[in-house]
Parts: sequence; structure tokens; C-alpha cells
Amino acid sequence: MLGFIYGLAAMGLTLIFGVMRVINLAHGAVIALGMFSVYLLTNRLGLNPYLALAFSLFIGLAFGIAIYLIAVHRVINAPELTTLLATFSVNLIIIGLGTAVFTTSPYALDVNLGTYGSGAVTILGTKVVAVLVAILVTAGLYLFLYRTRTGKSIRAVANNRSAAEVMGINTTAMLALSFGIGTMLAAISGGLMATLFAFTILSGTGYEVKSFVIVVLGGLGNPTGALVGGILIGLLEGITTIFIPIGWVPVIEYVAFVLVLLVRPTGLFGARA
Amino acid sequence: MTTATSVILDAQKISKRFGGLLALDQVTFSINAGEILGIIGPNGAGKTTMFNVVNGVYPPQEGKVIFRGEDITGLPPYDVSKRGVARTHQVVRPLGELTVRENVIAGACFGRENLSLTAAGRVADEVIDFVGLSPRKELLASKLNVAQKKRLEMARALAAHPILLLLDEVLAGLNPNEVADMLSVVRKIREQGVTILMIEHLMHAVMNISDRIVVLDYGKKIAEGTPQQVSNNPKVIEAYLGDPKVAQRFLEGAR
Amino acid sequence: MKNLLNPFLWIILVVVVAIAAVPIVTGDASLRETLFLILMLVVLASSVNIITGYTGYVSFGNVVFFGLGGYFAFYLMQNYQAHFAFAALIGGIGATLVAVLIGVPVLRLRGAYFALATIGINEAMRTFVNSFEPFGGSVGMFFNYEVYNAYGGAKNALWLAYDGIVVVALVTIVASFLIKKSKFGLGLMAIREDQDAAQVIGINPVRSKVIAYAFSAFFPALAGALFFFKNGIIEPNVAFDLLRSIEALVMVMLGGYGTVVGPVVGALVYERLSTLLIIAPPLNLFGMSLGFSQLHLAIAGLLLLIIVLFVTAGFVGWLRQQFPRVRRYLE
Repeated sequence: MLGFIYGLAAMGLTLIFGVMRVINLAHGAVIALGMFSVYLLTNRLGLNPYLALAFSLFIGLAFGIAIYLIAVHRVINAPELTTLLATFSVNLIIIGLGTAVFTTSPYALDVNLGTYGSGAVTILGTKVVAVLVAILVTAGLYLFLYRTRTGKSIRAVANNRSAAEVMGINTTAMLALSFGIGTMLAAISGGLMATLFAFTILSGTGYEVKSFVIVVLGGLGNPTGALVGGILIGLLEGITTIFIPIGWVPVIEYVAFVLVLLVRPTGLFGARA
Repeated sequence: MTTATSVILDAQKISKRFGGLLALDQVTFSINAGEILGIIGPNGAGKTTMFNVVNGVYPPQEGKVIFRGEDITGLPPYDVSKRGVARTHQVVRPLGELTVRENVIAGACFGRENLSLTAAGRVADEVIDFVGLSPRKELLASKLNVAQKKRLEMARALAAHPILLLLDEVLAGLNPNEVADMLSVVRKIREQGVTILMIEHLMHAVMNISDRIVVLDYGKKIAEGTPQQVSNNPKVIEAYLGDPKVAQRFLEGAR
Repeated sequence: MKNLLNPFLWIILVVVVAIAAVPIVTGDASLRETLFLILMLVVLASSVNIITGYTGYVSFGNVVFFGLGGYFAFYLMQNYQAHFAFAALIGGIGATLVAVLIGVPVLRLRGAYFALATIGINEAMRTFVNSFEPFGGSVGMFFNYEVYNAYGGAKNALWLAYDGIVVVALVTIVASFLIKKSKFGLGLMAIREDQDAAQVIGINPVRSKVIAYAFSAFFPALAGALFFFKNGIIEPNVAFDLLRSIEALVMVMLGGYGTVVGPVVGALVYERLSTLLIIAPPLNLFGMSLGFSQLHLAIAGLLLLIIVLFVTAGFVGWLRQQFPRVRRYLE
């Protein structure tokens, strides 16, 4: 179930890569940002958490556009590693500032939507809503990319940037927007996680790694792959925690991560060329 | 192993497929020592792919590459290089953050002769002089213009003292003066005993300088022979007929 | 080896020795501790420079070898009363073997994939050791103080550890220089510039990269062994602290990747800057008191961003670009 949320985050990451071949190492930071913005909006401004979530959508979008324009645009055509280091440094800045302001203590949102089901299988209301939101957002994303003009422009830029430029598309705007959408997805997933679990400024990094595993599994640049990968990982996690002591789960995740990179960097579903 | 006519390179029925595309289809040709063999053909004919197979960048699906009697099919580029094959690229690949001199020293060190840095330095200085880049020896390779980068690419290949030199469109993008200069450089290289395989688009030039020519079209060899024979070959004219200006020049050059 | 006679190398070595000798001569323990850290950072930065600066493979997770060297050595000292120098050497060799083992598959990856994999490797190792009982699990290991008696007591041991790190730093600088001036180093830099062209020239990339990776593992492992010997305690989150190798990377970029003196300068400047920031009075922003010590990470990030965006070559690199004549002398 959580897999949908993981998939959402992963989709953000893979979108950015698919459109501009940039690996956003600030992904985790933005997830954390999503968590905290929902928290702050709810607790400090008294908003309904789901309304706060809607706001965090825009916050994520705005942040992404800003990050792109400040840190990435200048080096967009440089070798991959330059953009890697650039997004990485943004990550350091955000987490650094975040740690200074929020410290590493855990925060929790109090959201209670009751439980459903009975007997052996009880599902938290918040989980149901979270998954629903994830599905809604995914659907919205697809509609946007495939049915709207802007969405098509983005896909054109992803496909062939210079050709898109020649056709009159404002590539810079499209790139900034795509980055923003990528971070928006990350922020939303963070916000959704915040309604379910306690979190710290560093939680984002944990989910970032999960996102990487999923993205690599599903194929870099392949949003459907990311979603499916997310669901797979969610299922896997649910199953393995039954058999293996919790301390070993991250080890397995990291090892799996490296192995997937080594064996099948194009993922199970094939990356975009 | 002695060979009567010293055949330097023997490409036997080379086929290379990329996914659904058959880039090379049973291409066969050979070069003798000291020859200049030109490879021509319309765009996409498979010429650079042929180089990549000879050079070891990727192995062919079928066929063999025999270099001086040894089967080198599928060997990685660095092993092929160590046997005495050097190559330039169509889109030049200078080692940007290294100086011209360092680039050429690299060519000398890691090629056939496996020289030490000092010995390679001496070779490098000679070769840089030969191609006329001495005044720019200490510049970073990235700072050169295109023509100079092409000379650098050539120098780096020559510094390895190769037995076989693969030149991929060394004349592309040069003005007529630069072309004439480059052609005389190529002739001088041949005079030093290097066998040369060159891909070229510039018809006059390649017809002028080659001893023999091989023509590729859609991955197949459609003609082989002296420049005279090839330019009179109706199949060749037909292959280029899509570009009437070229066909016209062919006919004029043949007279 | 005429490279060893290069005057530039000796200038750097003399300067380093001169600075390093000060606490030994004056007996100033706090200066010694500061210099220990700086020299250790010099080792880390110079080492990652070999795989990243020379070869172009950005290794985010190089700290894994620092941790491995530390753990191997600690284990030997704790359980077998091994002499610290011997343990350090074994730790170094152990870490290098791991590097070669991992290196062969992982170095096949290019660019960003490789960088991510190194993070994965470090994190995998960290979480693994965290659950690995022979190494103390999440609690780690700590010395019974009697271990220091073999060296004439804890105070003496600290001085010995310092001597150790000075030696390791000097060796690392020499190695870094020799590699750069060698045919092997030229091969690495060719790989960095254009790996495919390098292959066509005749360079075997796998062999060269793995050797470079091994070098980049050996020296941090030695440093790790000495660091944890001195501290008397080792635990996974400190040993495999990703931030440490990230900072090493920032130092390399700051000082100038691909040069010998760049990482040294970068380490010095970064450490001094950090210390300055820690003791600076806190900023008062938006009603919050932000101590610079907490902003450590953010400042490292900002520095890195500025360098990546504007001065990719770092300080020494920039000098070499602006003043081509200096290029020959400032390696």
C-alpha cells in the first residue's frame, strides 16, 4: 500500500531524469521539505492537513523551479557529474539549513481518520486517504503530460531538446517546470508520509534511497516503471519485515540498490533512451 | 608466418547489426602494405561502423578481421592499438584538459611501442613538428580550433608509430588550403611506410590520393577498384544519384 | 626515479613537515589535535583526488575505506594486542582488497551511476556493520585502557598516533605526485577526459581504474586506523559517516581537482573555515538563533555549489588556467 507513495516519489525523480538527464540528489531534501511544510501549515496555521497538502504541492513546485533556475540551469549542458554535484550541493544546503532550524528531533502530525476493516485486517483511514491521493496525483500527472499542451511540450523537450527549441517551445520554462513537477511529486509524497508516520529532517534521505532503488528498478526516465517499482518495493518491504529482523532491512535495500545498478542499470522495464 | 603479398588487413565477410538495422552486410576487402585505400559511400553506408569493427570498438556478428595474419576479431580497442593500429575519429576526440604535447605523448606511450614517458616525449615533439602544431604545443587541447584539433588527432595517432592508420574524414570541415595541406601530410605518412585506410566524403581528394577505393552503400560493398574504375562504375553512380551534383562531379572527374 | 627529485615536490613536503613539526617541538597537545585532523583530511582529500580528480570517477562514498581500515585495525588491536602500526597496515591492505573486489564490477559503471553506487556501498557497509556482532554492532568497540600501556600510556600513544598521521600524509602526497607524473597517471587522466578515446589510444581502462581505486582506498584506511586508535572507540555511524567523504570531495573541488597541492590547500582552507564558523557568534534570523556549527552542512553545500557553477577547477586549477606559465610549477 505504501508502495503507491514510494512510487509517487520515485516518479518525481524519474521524471526529472527523463526530461533533462539530471539526477536530482536534492530529492530527499524536498521530501523532507514536503513533510515539514505540511506539519508547519497544519500546526502553526491550523490548516486541515489535507489542505496543507494541497499547499505543499505548490511549495514543492515553486521550490523545484527555484532550484532549477538557480543551481541547475547554468550547468544543464555540462557533463552529468556537474549537475550531480550541483543538485547534491543544493541537498546539503537544504538539509543543513533544515537541521539548523528544526534539529534532528522527530516531529509528528496528529491525523486521525479512524480505521476500517475488522478483525485481522485493519487499515488506517489515513493510509487509505494517502493511497487515494497518490493515485489521484498520478492520474493527474498522466492527464497533464498526455492531454495538455504544456504536457506535450514537456515531452517534446524530453525527446529532443534542440528540435523543441526550433519549434518555438520555451525550453528553459519547460525544463524549470518539469523540475518543479518532479520536486512537487517528492514534496507530496513527503507530505503524505507525514500524515502516516513521525519524521525528522533526515527522513527524506531514507526515502530518497528507496526512490533511487525504485527508479533504477523501473528504468530511469520511465514513470510507469517507477510506479510499478514503487508498489513492488512496498510489497517487498511488507513481506521481508516478517522474516528478517528490522536491522537488516536497510542493508538489504542498499545491497539491492548496488546490485541493480550493476546488473540491470536499465531497470526491469527499460529506461528511456 | 610469412605472407607472400604482405596483406596488412583482411576484412572477411563482416556483418554488424544494431537491433533491427543491418549496418554492415558481409563486407569483404583487404589492404596491402603501403597502400592508401579509400572507403567512400553515401551517408549511413556503414563506413564508420566498419572502422569501429576493425578497431575493436564493437565486435561483428559475423566475419573476421585479420591483421597481419592474426585474427583480431572482437579484441578490445586497447589490444588492437597495441598491435599497431591507430585511428582518428570523424568527430574529433581530444583529451581536452591535457595539453597538445600531453595528448600526443599519450598516443606514443600506449601504442605499439609502449614507450616510457621520456622516450614518448621525444617522439611527441617530432610528430607535433611534423603536423605543424609546434607553436601550440603547450596549449590545452580544448583551446584549439577544429582544424588544429584534427591535426592533433592525427598527431596522436601517428605518435603510436602505427602499422595501419585509420583516418575517418580527416578532411571534413577544412577549407581548400587546409585540405591540400592535409593531403600532403597523408602522403608523407605513407612515404614513411604506414598503410592507410581512409574514409572520405570529399570526392576529388579521395580519388586523387587513393591507390584503390572501396564503395559501400547500405552496408554492402558495391564496388572496388582503382579510382578510375570506381568512378566509371554504374552502380556507384546510381548509389550517388540521389545527389546529382556528386554524380556530375564523378562523371567529370572520370574524364 | 627522477620524479622524486622534482623541487616542487620537496617544497610541499618541507612545508608540511615544518608545520607538522611544531607541536612535536613545542609539546602543544591541542595544536597537535588540530593538526592531526587537518593531516587526516589531507590524506582523505588527496586519496579521493586519485579516483575522482585524476580518473574522473566521482566517489561519494570513499569514507567506506576509512571505516573499514579503522574497523580491521581496531579489531586486531583489541583482540590480538597488535601494534597499532602493524594493525594499521593490515587495515590498509584489507580495505584495499575490498576496493579491488568491489572495484572491478562497480567501476564498469559510468558517471552518475558510479557515484550513486559508491553511496550505496558505504550505506550498505554501515548498516551491515551496525548489525554485525563481531564488530560490536551498533554500539561499536572500545578500548580497554590497558591497550595503551603497550605504548607507555595514553598520552604517549596520542603522540605516536600523531607521528603516524604525519608519515601517512607525507606518503600520500608523494604517492599522489608520483602517480600524476607517471605514465599510469597520464592514462588515468586520459580516461577522465574521454574513456573511449583512451581505449583507442591503447589504455586498458579496467586495470587502470581498479588500481586507482585501490590507491584511493589504501591511504584513507591507514588514516582511519590511526584515527580510531587515537580515539579508543569506534562505531558504525562515525566510521562510515558519508559526510566525511562528501567533505573530502568539497575539499578537492575547492582546492582544485586533479592537482597534487589542490586537495592539500582545500583541506586546510575548509578545516580552518569550519573552525572559524564554529566559534563565530550565532546568526539571528527570523527570530531563530542559528549557530554556524549547525550550518556546517549548509555552508559546505553552498561552497560546493559555487565551485561547481563558477569555478569548477578550484583554487589551484583556476591559478593554472589564468597563468599558464605557472602551470608547470604548480602541480
